[in-house]
Amino acid sequence: MKPNDVILQSVTKVTVIIIFTFSVYLFLNGHHHPGGGFIGGLSTAAAIILLFLAFDIEKVRENFQIDFKKLAALGVLIAIGTGFTGMLAGDPFLTQYFNDKNLPIFGKTELATALIFDTGVALAVIGTAVSIILSISEGDSLWKR
Amino acid sequence: MTFEIIMIVSLCLLTLSILANIYRVVKGPSSADRIQALDAIGINLIAGIAVFSVLLHTHAFFDLILLIGILSFVGTVAFARFTERGMVIKQKDEG
Repeated sequence: MKPNDVILQSVTKVTVIIIFTFSVYLFLNGHHHPGGGFIGGLSTAAAIILLFLAFDIEKVRENFQIDFKKLAALGVLIAIGTGFTGMLAGDPFLTQYFNDKNLPIFGKTELATALIFDTGVALAVIGTAVSIILSISEGDSLWKR
Repeated sequence: MTFEIIMIVSLCLLTLSILANIYRVVKGPSSADRIQALDAIGINLIAGIAVFSVLLHTHAFFDLILLIGILSFVGTVAFARFTERGMVIKQKDEG
């Protein structure tokens, strides 16, 4: 009999949007409140893992088209690259700059280069967590023996 | 003062509820009982965090409530898939 996942898949389609929104909120919240790159990346990875649970690997892969190992490497490169931009101006490694800008919708906002570093951390965490889960789940025939 | 006593009493009741769930986790005959008891422990932890953040006069833990809810849901779904199908993530849809 073909297994039926209608309830799980319908719940997942609604829930994943909420979890992605919550992870973006946690990510942008990290400068003044609890949150930050690590926990934002982890909750994004939880949403992607929920997608893998409700659907199968190939369906999610053909809709995402992301190599998660390359995503982890890109995150580490971004995090190190923000450190070297401080060195180009003559400051020590990983110097943080911030500036108050008037954005069109948000009004006066404090923009900091720590946000780019956090982006790198979040991408590295997402790539590492999802590629660990994928490489564990691919050993199917080895598990059955 | 009375308010703090009420909050502490509710925390003690939540602790008793978690202990009852732990009895079910240890003693439960089937693995489905254990999964459901672990899910209920997660919900009790959420309630405990809410009471603690009222008691400590802070809203720093409100994100944690939603996060524990999400992680408990994902964990329960993964356990349920494992007990029912024998594998957590399937490679290809057979249908």
